[in-house]
Formats: sequence, structure tokens, C-alpha cells
Amino acid sequence: MSDVSLKSELAAFRMTPGLWTIAGVAGFALLLVIGSLTGAIGKDTFAYRVFIDPFAQMVEMPDLFAQTLWEGLVGGVLYALIALGFVLIFKASGVFNFAQGIMVVFAALTLVGAYEKLGTIGIRGEAAAFIALGVALAVMLALAYAVERVVLRPLVNQPDIILFMATFGLTYLLIGLGEAIFGGNPKVMIADQLYLPRGAIDLNILGGRVTIQKLDIAAAVIASAMIAILALFFQYTRIGRALRAVADSHKAALSVGISLNQIWIIVWFAAGVVALVTGIMWGARSDVSFGLQTIALKALPVLILGGFTSIPGAIVGGLIIGVGEKIGEFYWGPLVGGAIESWLAYIIALIFLLFRPQGLFGDKIIERI
Amino acid sequence: MNAPVKIPVGSAPLEREEILLAVENVSLSFGGVKAIQDVSFDVRKGEIRAIIGPNGAGKTSMLNCINGFYHPQQGRITFKGRTRPRMRPHEAASQGVARTFQNVALFKGMSTLDNIMVGRTLKMKEPFFWQLWRHGPAMREEIRHRAVVEDIIDFLQIQHIRRTPVGKLPYGLQKRVELARALAMEPDLLLLDEPMAGMNLEEKEDMCRFILDVNNQFGTTIALIEHDMGVVMDLSDRVVVLEYGRKIADGTPAEVKADSRVIDAYLGVAH
Repeated sequence: MSDVSLKSELAAFRMTPGLWTIAGVAGFALLLVIGSLTGAIGKDTFAYRVFIDPFAQMVEMPDLFAQTLWEGLVGGVLYALIALGFVLIFKASGVFNFAQGIMVVFAALTLVGAYEKLGTIGIRGEAAAFIALGVALAVMLALAYAVERVVLRPLVNQPDIILFMATFGLTYLLIGLGEAIFGGNPKVMIADQLYLPRGAIDLNILGGRVTIQKLDIAAAVIASAMIAILALFFQYTRIGRALRAVADSHKAALSVGISLNQIWIIVWFAAGVVALVTGIMWGARSDVSFGLQTIALKALPVLILGGFTSIPGAIVGGLIIGVGEKIGEFYWGPLVGGAIESWLAYIIALIFLLFRPQGLFGDKIIERI
Repeated sequence: MNAPVKIPVGSAPLEREEILLAVENVSLSFGGVKAIQDVSFDVRKGEIRAIIGPNGAGKTSMLNCINGFYHPQQGRITFKGRTRPRMRPHEAASQGVARTFQNVALFKGMSTLDNIMVGRTLKMKEPFFWQLWRHGPAMREEIRHRAVVEDIIDFLQIQHIRRTPVGKLPYGLQKRVELARALAMEPDLLLLDEPMAGMNLEEKEDMCRFILDVNNQFGTTIALIEHDMGVVMDLSDRVVVLEYGRKIADGTPAEVKADSRVIDAYLGVAH
């Protein structure tokens, strides 16, 4: 009897594409290890430098590895935050909001600009910073109202591509508006006045020194808290349920008394708040300039990885991209002369797409024919 | 059978003669297509009113007008004594009109429980701030409404599918979840668009029982579209018959059944 069941089990066992991948990678790694141990792959060969040396470095200098990992994680949390801005709007209105990047810049510029204006009338320091924060929030709310009224409402029921193009228009409007009001010069984020810590902590661990910027800790904590709150909010509250309902069926949502217009305003405002926080954090790490909007493009591979509708996907995707590009830059970058950080994220996303076209958290794509 | 349910009742005790909804001389057209032409009828408080007619007679268009999805070019709709101007669906909902759809419109990715909770949207008032933290007043409100939703789940006997995403449910159960969502709104007027379409006999009998129970226990006024004549004759207090967008008969089931124009519309005119 047991013989029969074993046979049927063997018959049921099939090499799926996933198993083939794992087997292939494992076999290749085994070959390399054997090759390097037996001396078949010399220390100056290409294969050694690409496949063996980086891992050897990671093991030999764990403190450097920890430092790289930490910087990757911080970058990853911030990418996740930007991706979240996209996901929020995509979930509720099916629009890919190309303007998310410029919203980050515009929010940060409003904050700094308002602070400077307050300075000219004699209000300075922390009080001015928090008034400016209120002003920036109000401006993002006004922007949400305006977008709903001027862009979304007249274009309701239009194809998605039309709405997508409309967000292009919004992008250039905000660039022009930002330059006209605040000027094109980079500004310094008012990090101290907002009680963001500065300086660094040195940890003597792993046989070396790991330096952690206090600002990075604050950024990671604030971004994580924000992501957690938004995720819970979406899952368990009235407005959160209404948002998901709108994403599923417009007519059913209308019939139970959900106002589409109100939902859109809430979603765009939430995306605006996310943009403001992102702007403060990135602005404090570098400075506030229009160049900052390109970091939003870094959210694209994150979205490809995580799926456009999944909040957990945005988080995990952000972390993978952040860690992946930092480690790639540090250990493999020197092989090609460095500066691979700018495109590595897209390559990572492409490789993932080869094996999971639906993204990490998307549903399996099954088409009826 | 069912324990008495403690769902707050939307409407007052049955007063058969009071008119809840009056439709007067309503006409609706899409370009050259005249979907509804000069139709008038009323719905009395506490009754079950059926709207019947052959395919394309304008029944669903009529519901869409009452519900605010369509805006008739002519005519007036008076609800609870107030003649309303052009109104959007969520405004109709906040005045106490709930509905189900011919082809089920549920939030497919969400669980049964969440779908029904969405029906409570208009009853939940706690501000955004508390909801954001899911704490304090918002949490207490959530618990209060969850209790009401559990009562509805018991009432419609769908306890076992509470956590199932509705996209996975069989059609008959999806229709029941849709009814549950409409009931969660505690409506004064419940519009049912073919609640029994595509069901087998057993499911139909269940649904009939639920509709009668809703009407008896909560006093909810119901307007329903249905093709199954047996069901219509058994359930409804009064029937209005539409054909090609016009009203051709209006009265009790017995009267309508005997009307020669109705027989012609359904069986074809003998030449």
C-alpha cells in the first residue's frame, strides 16, 4: 500500500518554474564554492570578483555590512512612504498620480517658504516652524479640494489614460507655481526648528564602528508610524472601508451613501500629508529643491515589486529596493566604476517581474479565454 | 425560528394609507430612446410594491430615478412628503433609500462583514481624527455598529460566511449579502432589483421569507422588481405594470392578473 502511495506522490511531483529557479541558483552557488575552494577559480578572475569576493567581504567585515544594511533600510522606509502616496490614490480612484513627486517638493517648499515669510514679520523659532507646518497642511488640503473640483469631477468616467495625462498637467502646473512663488533656489529644511535631532550615534559592535545618524532614526520611526497608522486606518475604520468600497464598485458605494467626491478629497489630502512628511525627511537629509521630485521615480520599481494596490507590498517592496540598491552599490558598484545606485532599483524590479509578473502581493493573473 | 431582532426600526408602525413615495408624470429618455414615458404611481408606507413588465419596459430605469442614479427630464418624485430636486445617489441614501442591484454589486475584495459594515457608513459620525487613531469615541462607535451588523447577520442566517471574501461566495449568498448591506442602512424604502433572479427554488423560498420578515418585523417599505409571477403574486400588496416605458396597469395582484392589457403584454396579442 505504502509503495503505491509513494508512487502516486512521485507521480504528482512536478518541477514547477519556481523549483527550477531555486535548483538552478543552488547548483550555480555550489559550483562556485567548489571552484573557489579547489582553486579552479582564481582570485583575479571575473567570476571570483562578482560571485565570491562581495560575500567574503560581508563575512569578514560585518560592521561595514551592518552600516550598509542600516542605510539601505532607512532609504527603503522612505521609498515605501513615497510608494504609499501612489498606492493611496491608485486604490481609491484608479489613477496613477504622476504628480506625487512634485507634491513632495511643493509641500516641502510651502513649509520652508511659509517659515521664511513668518521670519520677515518677526515670528521665528519653533513657534514659526509649527505655524508653517499648519500652513503647509492647509495648502495640501486646498490642493486636494482643487484637484477634486477642477480635475477629477469633470473627468469622471473618462478612461484611465486621460486621468493619467491630467496628472501630468498637474505636475507642470505645480512646478511653475512653485518656481513663481518660492523661486528656483534650493532651500534648507527647517529640521532643527521642527525638533528633528541632528548628530550621530557611534556603536562599537561587530568588531568595528557603526555610525547611525539620529535624523535617520527619526525618519525611520516617523515613516514606520505613518505607514502603520494608514494601514490600520484602511483596514478597520468607516472611512477606510468606504475607500476600499469605492475602489471595488462605484455604483454600489453610491447606493449605500458614500460620496465619491468626499472620498477623493480625503484620499488626495492623505497623499498630500504623506508627501509633506516625505518632503521634510528627504529635505532634511539633503535640501529642498526641485531635483527632489526625481526620488518619486524611485517609487516606480517599488510599486512594480509590491503591486499597485497593496500597502504591505509598498512596505516590503520599499525595503527590498532600499537595501538592494545600497548593498549593490557598496559591494558590486566598484566593479563597474560605481554609481549604479541610480539604475539598480529598476534592474531588481525587472528581475522580480521575470518570475512574478503580478508583483509580490498581487493576485495571480488568470485570464479566461 | 428567529429570535426577535433588536434592529432599530426605520419607519413608524404600519399606516397603510400614508404615501411614502409618489412618482408623478415621470419621463426619462436617453437621446431618442424613451425609457420611461409619463409614469405615475405611489408607494404606501409599509407595503410591498412590485414593479413588473417585460424586458426593456423601464423597470430598472424607474428604480434608478428613485435612487438618484438617473435624473428624469420631466415629472416629480416626492419622498416622505418632500418633492426633491435633482439629487445624487448618496443624498438619496442619506434620506433613507437603500437598494440592491440586478447584477450583484458588492465590494468583491472585502469580507461579508466589511461589506455590511459599509452599509453603516451614513450612521457613523465620529470624526476623522478619532478614526485615524482607531481609539476613543471611534472605537466605541465601531463596537456599537458591529453589534447591529451581527444582528442582521443572524437575521439573514449568514453567520458562517462572516469572514469570507464575497467574491468567493455562490451567487445566491451574494444576493443575500447585498440584502444585508441594504438592511444595515435601516432604510425607510428598500428597492430590490430582481432579488430572486437566477436562484433555484429553495433559494427563492428563502429569499421570499426574508423579504416578508423584513417587511413584518421592521415595517420597511419595499419596492421590488421581479419576473417570477408566482413570487410577485404571493409577496406583493400592490403591483404596477410597465410596458415600453408606459404604465399599463396598477392594482392588487388579482386585479392585475385579470387585466387584459397585462395578459396581452405577457402572452402577446391574439390577432
